[in-house]
Amino acid sequence: MWKVSAILLLMAVTLSAQPPGYQVGRPPTPEEVRDLGSAIAPDGTGLPEGSGTVAAGRELFAAQCARCHGPNGEGDVGARLIGGQGTLATPRPIKTVGSFWPYATTLWDYINRAMPFDRPGLLQPLEVYAAVAYVLNLNGIIEADQVMDATSLPKVKMPNRDGFVADPRPDVPRERRPR
Amino acid sequence: MKHGRPSRRQLLQIGAAVGGSLLAGRKTSALETNPRKLGEPLGPYSERSPFEKAVRWRRESKTPETGSSFTPLHDSVGTATPSALHYERHHSGIPTIDPARHRLIIHGMVDRPLSLSMTDIRRLPSVTRLLVLECGGNSAGEWAASGADVQRSYGLVSGSEWTGVALSLLLAEAGAQPRASWVIAEGADACRMMRSIPLATALESSMLAYGQNGEAMRPSQGYPLRLINPGWEGNTNVKWLHSLKLTDQPYMARDETSKYSDLMPDGKARIFTYAMEAKSVITFPSGGQTLPAHGLYELTGLAWSGRGRIDRVEVTTNGGRTWVQAALQEPRLPIALTRFRLAWRFDGQDALIASRAIDETGYVQPTRAALIAARGTNSIYHYNGIKFWSVRSDGTVTNVES
Ligand code: HEC
Repeated sequence: MWKVSAILLLMAVTLSAQPPGYQVGRPPTPEEVRDLGSAIAPDGTGLPEGSGTVAAGRELFAAQCARCHGPNGEGDVGARLIGGQGTLATPRPIKTVGSFWPYATTLWDYINRAMPFDRPGLLQPLEVYAAVAYVLNLNGIIEADQVMDATSLPKVKMPNRDGFVADPRPDVPRERRPR
Repeated sequence: MKHGRPSRRQLLQIGAAVGGSLLAGRKTSALETNPRKLGEPLGPYSERSPFEKAVRWRRESKTPETGSSFTPLHDSVGTATPSALHYERHHSGIPTIDPARHRLIIHGMVDRPLSLSMTDIRRLPSVTRLLVLECGGNSAGEWAASGADVQRSYGLVSGSEWTGVALSLLLAEAGAQPRASWVIAEGADACRMMRSIPLATALESSMLAYGQNGEAMRPSQGYPLRLINPGWEGNTNVKWLHSLKLTDQPYMARDETSKYSDLMPDGKARIFTYAMEAKSVITFPSGGQTLPAHGLYELTGLAWSGRGRIDRVEVTTNGGRTWVQAALQEPRLPIALTRFRLAWRFDGQDALIASRAIDETGYVQPTRAALIAARGTNSIYHYNGIKFWSVRSDGTVTNVES
């Protein structure tokens, strides 16, 4: 018994100490990490340099977003981006960036990776900051003179920040089984 | 059809085509010509018979690159879904990827960040599993009981054999650091689909698949590389996988906050609701079909659970007053489509039929009413209520608004 554990322990030690078995691949290049792994964390990890204003965002939105999301983000081909606060607990909830999204960093991450829908990857970081600032301002979450950058964006408190709970399933009480 | 007995479906088709004339005799056989013609020559890649018409149904979408297409479950036999009929759900179209240029990077909290080619990945020891894959939003219409047929209301589920590499093996190569607790997976589609996956589960059961049903997976399923998280909602199975980043926190992606979270009546939303719970549905007879005559039929359907094996399936033909155990097709694999069957006599009486699945954890598929009592009707995802079909005296089968 002791012998087996000792062998297992020895195996574990050699496994972790040794270089991996198959030695496939090579270290990623900085370009690969930039192009393939651009995800932004809720604490702001990964946000690039630069900043954007609400005013710049208004112009950008009119040029790049309004044709699908409507001039004021009211929604069209693209999702509605404004309003709905206070509706989540009603029979007709309206889930938008303003009413539902828990983190402002998600907005940066998503616009950067996926928008404009038909030309994702088009926007420069400064433009993404501006678009984020404008959409947050449309929802009354930041003031018109607030500037979004890597420091200020993670600090934005979204209205529904505390609106998410862990998965409690299985959650449906079992019914009496008629036989 | 010349050899062996015709299947039930063939009989139904013939029944529909020639009605009662089948019994009138088969004097001139349209099936035979003399002398007989030679068949088609051998070919490199097979197409199905031109007489087979089963296709996916696609829901209207303002942007054709987003949306879903549904597996024709009513036409399915057995438990495997042909790759060409596997359900699809895309958020920015299907990319065309040259596998010779595709790379997967593994970075973040690892000792040895890696960039791997498909050749590297295929060199590693492989694993193969038969698994069910279901969209988190499958049956979302059932919260409003709107599904007219089994394809539209349950068709975002399919079964495939997946082959690839255990994620644990690759993470051992990269050397996951002790602080790492999440994996951020990103795909190479236009919108760079991204999801956060708990590292513990990923190490236990996730795989990186390149094969589906014995060949390279289809572009629409993630060619050349897809993350497979057995039993979890389809969206976490990131297609066209090109990045795995190990972190100490979930990244709160748009597709785990704005979407794929489940809003409850109190206004709170459940997040990271990954598992697909046990579910079943009768595929024959089901909405839109017609029983051509009175008599004995094989009632059949599919059951599955994201939490393991199907233990048993019970069927009612009297609106839930009594339930009888259906026969299950072996082998019953964990987290895989399982076919159930029950001989049933249709004698022209109206019948309300339904199935309920019980998985190996003891979980019983709930009624729609129980599900709604617990979650309201606005949570969109993870609907797994018992589905009733109404068989009318004339043999027509319709959805039940119960
Ligand atoms: C060609 C049309 C189009 C354009 C242009 C466009 N969008 Fe979108 N947008 C969409 C569609 C379609 C979706 C939904 C995508 C999906 O289903 O995954 C979407 C989704 C979004 C969402 C997520 C909404 C939610 O609640 O989940 C945000 C935020 C967004 N767009 C912002 C922008 C911004 C900012 C711009 C301009 C830089 C922009 N979009 C340009 C079509 C467009």
